[in-house]
Amino acid sequence: MDFLVFQYPMITIQACLDGLLLGILFALIAYGMALQWGVMNIINIAQGDLVILGGYIAYFMYLYGIHPAWGVIVSPIIMYFVGIAIYKLVINKVVDRDLFISILATFGISILFMQLMNFAFGADVVLANSGYGTTMLFDNNVVLPNSKIFSAFISIVFAICLVVYMKRSKLGRAIRATAQNARAAKILGVDTEKVYAATFGINAALCGVAGALISITFTIHPYMGLPYTIRSFMIVIVAGLGNLPGVAMSGMGLGIFEEFADYILGTEFRIGSVFLLLVLILVYRRFKLSRKREYLK
Amino acid sequence: MKIKNILITFVSAIALLFSTSVVSFAKVVGDKIILGAAISLTGKYSSNGVHTQNGYNMAVDRINSMGGVKVGGKTYKFDIIYYDDESNPKRAAQLAERLISQDKVEFMLGPYSSGLTKAIAPVTEKYGVPMVEANGASRSLFTKGYKYLFAVLAPANLYLDVAIRTAVELNGGKGVRIAQAFEQDAFSQDVRLGILDAAKETGSEIIIDDKLPKELNDMAATLVKVKQMKPDVLVVSGHTKGALTAIRQISEMKVDVPMLAMTHCDAAKLSKQHGKNSQYALCASQWHKTLTYKDDFFKDGMTYAADFEKEFGYDPPYQSAESSAALLVFKDAFERANSFDQKKVRDALAATNMQTFYGNIKFAPGGQNVDKPMVLFQVMCDDAGKCENKVVAPLKWASAELIHPVPKWSER
Repeated sequence: MDFLVFQYPMITIQACLDGLLLGILFALIAYGMALQWGVMNIINIAQGDLVILGGYIAYFMYLYGIHPAWGVIVSPIIMYFVGIAIYKLVINKVVDRDLFISILATFGISILFMQLMNFAFGADVVLANSGYGTTMLFDNNVVLPNSKIFSAFISIVFAICLVVYMKRSKLGRAIRATAQNARAAKILGVDTEKVYAATFGINAALCGVAGALISITFTIHPYMGLPYTIRSFMIVIVAGLGNLPGVAMSGMGLGIFEEFADYILGTEFRIGSVFLLLVLILVYRRFKLSRKREYLK
Repeated sequence: MKIKNILITFVSAIALLFSTSVVSFAKVVGDKIILGAAISLTGKYSSNGVHTQNGYNMAVDRINSMGGVKVGGKTYKFDIIYYDDESNPKRAAQLAERLISQDKVEFMLGPYSSGLTKAIAPVTEKYGVPMVEANGASRSLFTKGYKYLFAVLAPANLYLDVAIRTAVELNGGKGVRIAQAFEQDAFSQDVRLGILDAAKETGSEIIIDDKLPKELNDMAATLVKVKQMKPDVLVVSGHTKGALTAIRQISEMKVDVPMLAMTHCDAAKLSKQHGKNSQYALCASQWHKTLTYKDDFFKDGMTYAADFEKEFGYDPPYQSAESSAALLVFKDAFERANSFDQKKVRDALAATNMQTFYGNIKFAPGGQNVDKPMVLFQVMCDDAGKCENKVVAPLKWASAELIHPVPKWSER
């Protein structure tokens, strides 16, 4: 235990800001997960691996001399089609089955992706340099890499675009209708098959954006996907499905929680603390639920 | 009729079994000495696994083309059976069993990484199979009393020891304040133990002692503490992830620290991935091509590097050099033992005292090489942004002078 974070106010501010910027990025990934979970009732274990694949797209652009920031445009376009392909090959066969089958299927996709990425791109840890520099605040006591600010900004832009798209466009309305009641939507003429494919594609595209941002801010590696899956799962569990402000809030909350856990418990417990929090929340929810049921009796 | 069918299947199965076991390799077939190796060709260690395999292959070709191994007046050639351990310790142990009990291999080469070597060592020990390994540096490998394990590399606890001693020396012999961050794996934790020892001996103080997770890609918290507490030395070890993350965040957060020492810089291709931002970082290395050790097969480090590049198209990292050295050690031991008896070869290995292009090799009772110090190089860049690793310590091999303290970010 180390309470340095509370002894120096500058460190407290630094931790909050770091957590906030990180959390916004997590929220973007989680939003994709919430979307397809709500629409198709599928928990995508391969979410993190899609993120990493998106990161590799930005990395390869960087390798060929294109600024990796363009990755946030190119990567989602490619990932959209990757998502559609995964849907056509695997997901459409499990979409009506129970949750367990889909978890197994996406778990399989996750392993396959890890190995394929390892095979194709090698096991080296890589990153793309944006050269964005640093913002210094409070007399140089708080430092924010501009790449993190850029990531958060782009995440917000994409989230807003998506919300507007879901509200206004025909496909967006069809997606929302399917999420509410797939059968009724089908009867009323919505091509649910198309909606499912598009949803999975949009989710993969969001992962692509997040991946490109991660390759600019952190590092990527074929086996680094799982922590991102866990984080988005956790955020969705807390926020609930179809609740975008909830996802954003719980994403930022998780980011700040992680930063503080890092300072107080040590970096080695960072991911562990997320797991612990997940367990606690699930237990708490169950506890609350059972109380409610008793009350109803 | 049915019984006849079953009988035929049974007999043919047995016949098949026999035929494969006849083809399968014994320790020495004809004029070949067969060595076995489980190597990470896929999975998370695959890049270093390939470096290891290239190092082995390079040495096998070289030794074979230069006359092979002379035992009992006859000349033998090396051959290696490889299996892919998928970077998985359990798989590595299974493959070691398979190499020994099915393929009848009687001499083994090590896998890549301390973790996998740890998984294989109990197996080779059980069967009394001598193993020369080149990529498992964890101290715990050498404290278990293994009799058949020999490592050509310096143990992990010595990796950054030189850095601390150099810092103390530059501080006029007074202790320094150390901040350290280590990944939680066998290797990095051993590096940490080495630092603790060095700190104790030199009267240095450890003011930050962070552990990093395996999924490490963010160490901002540690660096914020470093900024606040201003240590004299920052030590980071977390394989390539650690090296890359540290440099990225140190440069982004403009963390000023007089000395930054790390492991795995060359595996991380630090200067290539980060360019000028990696300048002044000190890196521990088992080997560097400019060292002046010599042998008859590869001549010296520079020649080795040139030959390696010609064959594989890249500059050899130390993982390849030490793997090549393992073969030289085996050749030497076979010739001194003048036999293929495992016990005799083991004793000959234990008595090894030789120089290779990679360094001097002499094994302690625990199996680690005690005759080869670690070297420390510093990333140095010219104005055009081209960076190079130059050996700065120990002084005997230094090709450049250590730049200390590291200039502040505001002055760069």
